[in-house]
Amino acid sequence: MTPTPPPATDAPVLEVSGLDVSFPSESGRVHAVRGLSYQVAAGEVLGIVGESGSGKSVSSLAVMGLLPPQARISGSIRFRGREIIGQSDAELSKLRGKKIAMVFQDPLSALTPVYPVGAQIAEALLVHGKGTVTKEQANRRAVELLDLVGIPNAAQRAKSFPHEFSGGMRQRAVIAIAIANDPDLIIADEPTTALDVTVQAQVLEVLKTAQEVTGAGIVIITHDLGVVAGFADRLMVMYAGRAVEQGPVDTLYARPRMPYTLGLLGSIPRVDAHEKQPLVPIEGQPPSLVDLPGGCPFEPRCPLSADVCRDTEPALVTLAPAAPDAVVDTAHRAACLRLDEVTAHHADAAEVYGAEVVAQAPAAQVPRAERDTVLDVRDLVKHYAVTKGAVFRRRAGTVRAVDGISFDIVAGETLGLVGESGCGKSTTLMEILDLAMPSGGSVAVLGKDVATLTAKERKAIRRDLQVVFQDPMAALDPRMPVGDIIAEPMRVHGHSAGAIERRVPELLGLVGLRPEHADRYPAEFSGGQRQRIGIARALALEPKLVVLDEPVSALDVSIQAGVINLLDELKAKLGLSYLFVAHDLSVVRHIADRVAVMYLGKVVEIGDVRTVFEAPQHPYTQALLSAIPIPDPVKERERTRIILTGDLPSPADPPSGCRFRTRCFVFPQLSEEDRQRCVELEPPRTAKADDHDVACHYAKTREVV
Amino acid sequence: MTEPSPTAAAAAGRGKLVLRRFLRNRLAVAALGLIVLFYLAAFTYTWYAPWAYDELDPAANLLPPEGSHWFGTNQIGGDMFAQTMRGLQKSLTIGLLAALFSTGVASIVGAAAGYFGGWTDRIAMWVVDLLLILPPFLIISILSPAFRGKTWFILVGLIALFQWMITARMVRGMTLTLREREFVKAAKFMGQPAWRIIAKHIVPNMASLLIIDATVNVGVAIITETSLSFFGFGVQAPDVSLGTLIANGSDAVRTFPWLFYIPAGFLVLTVLAVNFAGDGLRDALDPSSSRSRRRERKRVAAATQSTPDSETATAGAVV
Amino acid sequence: MTGFLLRRFANYIALCLVATFAAFSLASLAFSPLDELKLRNPPPPQATIDAKAAELHLTMPIPERFFVWLGDVLHGNFGRTVTDQPITDELFRRMGVSLRLFLLGITIGIIIGVLVGVVSAIRQYKISDYLATTFSFVVLSTPVFVIATVLKAGAQSVNDNLLGGYQFFIVQGETSGLDGGFGDVLLDRLQHIIVPTLAIVLTQVAYYSRYQRSAMLDVLGSDFLRTAQAKGLTRRKALFKHGLRTALIPMATLFAFGFGLLVTGGIFTEKIFGWYGMGDWLVTGIQKQDTNIVATVTLFIAVCVLLAGWLADVLYALLDPRVRIR
Repeated sequence: MTPTPPPATDAPVLEVSGLDVSFPSESGRVHAVRGLSYQVAAGEVLGIVGESGSGKSVSSLAVMGLLPPQARISGSIRFRGREIIGQSDAELSKLRGKKIAMVFQDPLSALTPVYPVGAQIAEALLVHGKGTVTKEQANRRAVELLDLVGIPNAAQRAKSFPHEFSGGMRQRAVIAIAIANDPDLIIADEPTTALDVTVQAQVLEVLKTAQEVTGAGIVIITHDLGVVAGFADRLMVMYAGRAVEQGPVDTLYARPRMPYTLGLLGSIPRVDAHEKQPLVPIEGQPPSLVDLPGGCPFEPRCPLSADVCRDTEPALVTLAPAAPDAVVDTAHRAACLRLDEVTAHHADAAEVYGAEVVAQAPAAQVPRAERDTVLDVRDLVKHYAVTKGAVFRRRAGTVRAVDGISFDIVAGETLGLVGESGCGKSTTLMEILDLAMPSGGSVAVLGKDVATLTAKERKAIRRDLQVVFQDPMAALDPRMPVGDIIAEPMRVHGHSAGAIERRVPELLGLVGLRPEHADRYPAEFSGGQRQRIGIARALALEPKLVVLDEPVSALDVSIQAGVINLLDELKAKLGLSYLFVAHDLSVVRHIADRVAVMYLGKVVEIGDVRTVFEAPQHPYTQALLSAIPIPDPVKERERTRIILTGDLPSPADPPSGCRFRTRCFVFPQLSEEDRQRCVELEPPRTAKADDHDVACHYAKTREVV
Repeated sequence: MTEPSPTAAAAAGRGKLVLRRFLRNRLAVAALGLIVLFYLAAFTYTWYAPWAYDELDPAANLLPPEGSHWFGTNQIGGDMFAQTMRGLQKSLTIGLLAALFSTGVASIVGAAAGYFGGWTDRIAMWVVDLLLILPPFLIISILSPAFRGKTWFILVGLIALFQWMITARMVRGMTLTLREREFVKAAKFMGQPAWRIIAKHIVPNMASLLIIDATVNVGVAIITETSLSFFGFGVQAPDVSLGTLIANGSDAVRTFPWLFYIPAGFLVLTVLAVNFAGDGLRDALDPSSSRSRRRERKRVAAATQSTPDSETATAGAVV
Repeated sequence: MTGFLLRRFANYIALCLVATFAAFSLASLAFSPLDELKLRNPPPPQATIDAKAAELHLTMPIPERFFVWLGDVLHGNFGRTVTDQPITDELFRRMGVSLRLFLLGITIGIIIGVLVGVVSAIRQYKISDYLATTFSFVVLSTPVFVIATVLKAGAQSVNDNLLGGYQFFIVQGETSGLDGGFGDVLLDRLQHIIVPTLAIVLTQVAYYSRYQRSAMLDVLGSDFLRTAQAKGLTRRKALFKHGLRTALIPMATLFAFGFGLLVTGGIFTEKIFGWYGMGDWLVTGIQKQDTNIVATVTLFIAVCVLLAGWLADVLYALLDPRVRIR
């Protein structure tokens, strides 16, 4: 149970104590970090976990000395015993990249677009090796580093420009820059958030390699408790600019004590759950950091809040003492005034938060074959021409975004459509919503083929087919009050003003908002509330089928659970059918009845959600599932990951035969003749069991979760 | 639209916020005040000024400012104050109307081109390219012999006709972004017809940009008008504009400076005030374009990113 | 790639022709070049008027007139003026004048403009930024003819009051036409060009510095600048090596079109300082109601814009690897 003790050194690499950071803003001073203290030892991984706005990124930028000049910083940051706060830019620049390196969140914008990748890595060496490193040496070393972080054909690729690299490759290049000078400390700020789950697994692997090569201490910042479970030694949970709980990773996952940590852990749907688990929603939203009222900042959202919590802000209390020989603080501490209550509930999130599993709809009891089909997609094809270049436009070929996929959804059922970005799942969805004749195959909604619809019939079908979008910010017209937004579909379909006036408050109530919210504008709501407004709008016309395009992926974890629960409830209450598009397989596992896995415009595996998740047969499904981190350090350490090599090939030029063969881990192990089959013959979709189709020549069940 | 009361109330809330932000920018408020003052002065000068613009004082040629000739007189005894006010009137009116028209045309053409795409877009953008090759000054001055002696409304129309293209491109660019926004897609998927989507979702979401752009266009239109008039291609005698007055005074700038510097000063102050007010408006409508820091420093002076026709810089003004 | 460039070129040519045709037609419709003849006292006989009309092709329908003119242009002949002077010779003489006047001004303007913009952005909300911004606002709010007139008057005052009447700044024309050694001619030309160039530089600096400032501000908050600093570059070095290099990309188009709009922008400068260039010619052409001059100048403008567009494409490709095609 105890984590591997960090290698003994005299002192921690990094010591932050009493760090305060604040910024001016239009509404007042934002206190982004308030009295933060932590240490990192050499060779140790510290995970900092928190939601957006908790101050986790700001604190790490402070360590790098990269905060904007208007930030006010106090406290102390000591790197190898040397104070960083107050140093000049010239002094700091000797440290940055040499001793302390950083990996940023968004790899797409982290590299300068106008210089080759290799040159940007070499620059890191040249800056710090003035006079000792020649240009040729630096370039040669840059190629070695690219090779080290797993870029194939490194010598060639070093000459490429950033835009010719995929997101995953760019993040590797950024890591290569970070480790170029063998730093003592690497700070990784959400290094995998912008990446697909398969690429995330690759990048985490690279980070592990980087740590082994450099022996550096690592600070990994994330909002995903799954990502750090298998990676970090110690964890610090931040809320409203403060550490609210910290300790060794195993202790924190096994015995969380602060209700917020408890809620975070309980709000994650788990891909390894066999039975449906209740999801814990944390109601409300993080406080504004402009003027925090006294008391515990988590109090308004806390199920255990008491009067005392409103008055005093709790300090960190030691729950378990630190290891005596450790150079850093390994004690388990939590900042809560109601620790006894948490302990009394045995730290069971569902119990503390009172979450329950949503009951199934009565319709779900009827066998599938006897229910009406609400959506039937047959051999759907969507190809389009692409042009390349901003100035010199040219036709780059045909993108086979969707290349002959079939699935159906019956009444009261949820089908999850999953795959990496670029696999064609969103295109499929837009094709269905367009209700226009597809370029190949057919789409039938509620038994009506959309190719033959008249304008009037099409409008009638739009009543029954509604959509909820991914980005709750973009899905609502910012210029319209919420009441008008929800009423818009009813106005389009000619409902009377009176009927609309009665229906709007009803809908708001249905999604857990208050009727008086109708007069407000979207900007006044939080992300979760906005997504609820989007759901209310989708339900206004009492549809039969709701298409959900990544409805929770833009939300913070604590908010996500509430929306998932709401969707689950509404489905049962209103007998809805869902087409649920997501890249997060754990969410699909939680909410879907059936799941279809897409790869490069094809469905590679489809079937009952339990069968597909527990006995996946397609190597791609297996790799996807294996890449998902589980928020359980013990389990994570025992798992072996299937790491896919490379990136998704371009859908404009898919591989012959089986499209997955270029990244398949089974393919290289096959004999020459067997491989030939994969290269030449596209695997047909064949039924492996009742409601379980797989498109692979060598399908074989592997347990990966 | 059927619920006017809450909508109006909430809109008023936003309006108030914008107003408060605007009022905080003292320079912009001063600029707006100056425009209003100029407007009032220019349109009411007949009530209080001792001379009319087309009246000649035979006893006073080339008089410096004194007595009843507050701004002096010109070569033939015309009163410079009356003429400047008359010219200001013309220039302000032409500028405002032309800007209004051109922004209107630009939003219609740009939104249609961006939303419908395909051939609509290609044709519209080809026309834009064509008109951009032909500078407005060139076309209007070519046409000037044809409208000589006709109403100055033609001039307004012509200035507007050749000034909308850059705005239209900008609007098109923003429409392309907005078209992909999910709330527009949502409206489309609920069966809202295209023209209603443009009217209800696309144009209102560009309102800030259009308002800001209209103010920029006022300045541009005033400069275009005075430039044309300077060469005698715009407002024609006996009527006057600031451009004709400046042209008249520019030969005598060293001998009878008031003939040049007074109308020129009014022109520069007007355009400057329009630009500063527009800039303040941009800050108020689109706070993301400014940085909060300077609020704290209370240094709300001239500085902002003034980029009248850069697509990237104004993209932030969507919301 | 070649196919694309050819298509693009064809489109530019078509635009040029349509633009010239439009200007030609509008001018033909709006102008009545015979007025001057008709109003002579005593009125010339009808035959003379008819002969002039035939000479100016006024008897033909407008499209035909245009194609006759265009046919001549393809043979290097831009027609004759109303007063029966050959246009072609004049064209090349005037092009030379405009180029000599603007090349210097625009080049200096771009360099100073970029520098001012960069400094403003880096020192945002400092005194220097406010000064640069105020300067830009004032200059951009002032029509060129006011700036030019004020500069002209100012230079004359300097001559009279500070230099004790020695006419150092010459604000009329391009040269005094004196015959002397190389040094004398150069000095004479410099004395003529300083003030008009100053007028051009002022407006160019005001214009480019605004754009450069905002392009630079966009880059200032970018992630890649942070990466550059995180690898150990000082802020200043990161700003110039990574920031400015990237911020120059959108400016390239502006520079190219700045050259393209040289003629129309220069009308006032040429007119006020008495340089007989293309802009001056346009005004003269319109005042004399001469369709051929107007069409020729329009064609010149269109070709300038075409070349500018072309130049913008090439500059863009040079500066931005994202649009290069391998």
